[in-house]
Amino acid sequence: MMDLLNILLSESFWAASLRIATPLIFGVLGALICERAGVLNLGIEGIFVVGAMCGWMAVWLGAGLWGGVIVAALAGAFFGLLHAILTVPLGLSQHVSGLGITLFATSVSYFTYRTALPNVSSPPRIEPFQALDIPVLSDLPFLGPVLFQQTALTWLALLMVALVWYVMNRSALGVALKAVGDNPDSVDAQGLSVYALRIWAIVAGSALMALGGAFLTMSAFDAFFFGMVNGRGWVCIALVIFASWRPGKALLGALLFGAFDALQVRLQTEMGALVPGQVFLMAPYILSIIALVIAARSADYPRALLTPWFKGQR
Amino acid sequence: MIRIEPRENTSRAFALGVPVLAALVALLLAAIPLLAAGANPITAYGEMIKGVFGSVFAVSEMLTRATPLIFTGLAAALAFRAKLWNIGAEGQLYLGAMAAVAVGSGWLDISGLLLVPLIVVIGAAAGAAGMVAPTYLKVRFGADEVVTTLLLNFIILIFLQMMLEGPLQDPMSLGWPQSAPILDQGVLPPLMDRMRVHSGLILALVLAGIAQFMLLRSVWGFKLRAVGENAAAARHAGINVKRSLFGVAAISGGLAGLAGVSEVAGLKGYLTADLSPGFGYTGIVVAMLAGLSPVGVVIAALFIASVFVGADSMSRAMGVSSFLADLVVSMSLLCVLVGGFLSKYRILRTAKAEATS
Repeated sequence: MMDLLNILLSESFWAASLRIATPLIFGVLGALICERAGVLNLGIEGIFVVGAMCGWMAVWLGAGLWGGVIVAALAGAFFGLLHAILTVPLGLSQHVSGLGITLFATSVSYFTYRTALPNVSSPPRIEPFQALDIPVLSDLPFLGPVLFQQTALTWLALLMVALVWYVMNRSALGVALKAVGDNPDSVDAQGLSVYALRIWAIVAGSALMALGGAFLTMSAFDAFFFGMVNGRGWVCIALVIFASWRPGKALLGALLFGAFDALQVRLQTEMGALVPGQVFLMAPYILSIIALVIAARSADYPRALLTPWFKGQR
Repeated sequence: MIRIEPRENTSRAFALGVPVLAALVALLLAAIPLLAAGANPITAYGEMIKGVFGSVFAVSEMLTRATPLIFTGLAAALAFRAKLWNIGAEGQLYLGAMAAVAVGSGWLDISGLLLVPLIVVIGAAAGAAGMVAPTYLKVRFGADEVVTTLLLNFIILIFLQMMLEGPLQDPMSLGWPQSAPILDQGVLPPLMDRMRVHSGLILALVLAGIAQFMLLRSVWGFKLRAVGENAAAARHAGINVKRSLFGVAAISGGLAGLAGVSEVAGLKGYLTADLSPGFGYTGIVVAMLAGLSPVGVVIAALFIASVFVGADSMSRAMGVSSFLADLVVSMSLLCVLVGGFLSKYRILRTAKAEATS
């Protein structure tokens, strides 16, 4: 019990929670934007992989860290556009198209990586984003290590929460975006293009998802591994429902998940002798399912989610 | 301007031709990554064909590869017919495999006449449980089965590692995370001498036939399709939708479990954590290529298996990454989606004035 308290009071635990939450923040925000516009994007898992691979490879080829971030976002946007074309004007099954995008994006990434680096025994490393060192703030007790010694990408993620919140709740674009996921006919009646709104939402959301992947190879680690995304995308899809499609709650959900994941790693080292380590590894996924079950009852799905819309067809 | 309008009727030949065309387009598109990898596509296609049809051994390898894909393809096709999104075949496959080694690797030393059916039934039951549970969460709490089955795949894979380092670990494995081998009398016998193709294939083909019959000719299949096409209308017509969903969940999960049984008892003999290179996910592609028809699943599985075996062989000969196969598989899924659209709608060019009128 004392141990648990010690963990919860330690700076490193909270710093780790925020670090683990970062890719999920990007992912949940991205999924949230797509779903608010009425389109489920199961391409997320593959778009994470593409973001991780492209971002890493751009840096490895000398594009610089921010160059890598931009390349990752563009790659994510590209696969998002593909999903958008299949699901919006063509109105195809969002489930199947999304899974297809995940398979396609993953195999493109793996094939490209293998072709560029045919026989490397250990994956080449890059110089990743370093923890920011802000004068005064970084030296604050507790808050310093937790908040002000994160990498720039974590800050970008937090900034994105604010940005998405602002767009969703304080801008005309946000009103249109939410309307297109709830009642596309009303948007059409106002003379706005349902197609354009949905397509751009998916493209933007997918770019954000790719940043979640880029965080893995450019900040959390310094290399690309096969299987490194490991279900994080799917966790985001569960977290969106938990967050009832709100940016603020999305941040909260990602942080809770991050805290839980950080806790299980620490408990694993403390109690490894008593319980097999896998019990702890399983816990975050089980937690996601539990969160989903709890949230599902009252989940207020965007009303036009999964429903294709065709112009001139009521 | 472009206008999209539904076709009034789609010819049968066109509907059947779409998946074939999609598969061919995906294969042709593979020329792009082949060129990018610096390989001559013509030579590469030649190597792939040789790798699949060049010898009896090659064909046997292709059939071996197709066997689990028929099971997982059927699992996806039946569930998707009822609009039950079972994306968890990968996990259910491992549940089936774990059940098979738990029963079949020495715990029960009985005659093969009893042991083989027992392994098959228990493996199917374990897989079925793996799909009935998320279906319960869907029916009872409204928890989306897409997410729960996807997450269960990861949970089951970690559980598998725990079992392989714990209760299911072979004491003779010197610490390797692998199970004890299935007893000799529990093994699904090979179909040909010195070849790997085994009687799991026969089981898969028989089940595909039964599934085809049940889906199209039985009351059960009629109800299932009704639930998939319009659950509200089906309920209105007096169909017990929940029972239909649980039924198809058990069958879908059971089929995925059998993929695991067949791999472990027919091919590998013992269980490791890399038994399946994503057969569960590839089964979804198989089902979509098949247009969710059980007989179609067999044909689609043979095609996808040919791509994998052909690409492996080409990869060894020419040094191109074998991830090419995954690329072709994923592209054929996207192509068949677009093809399905073209078979239902036609795209017309219209004069601008006409479009606005």
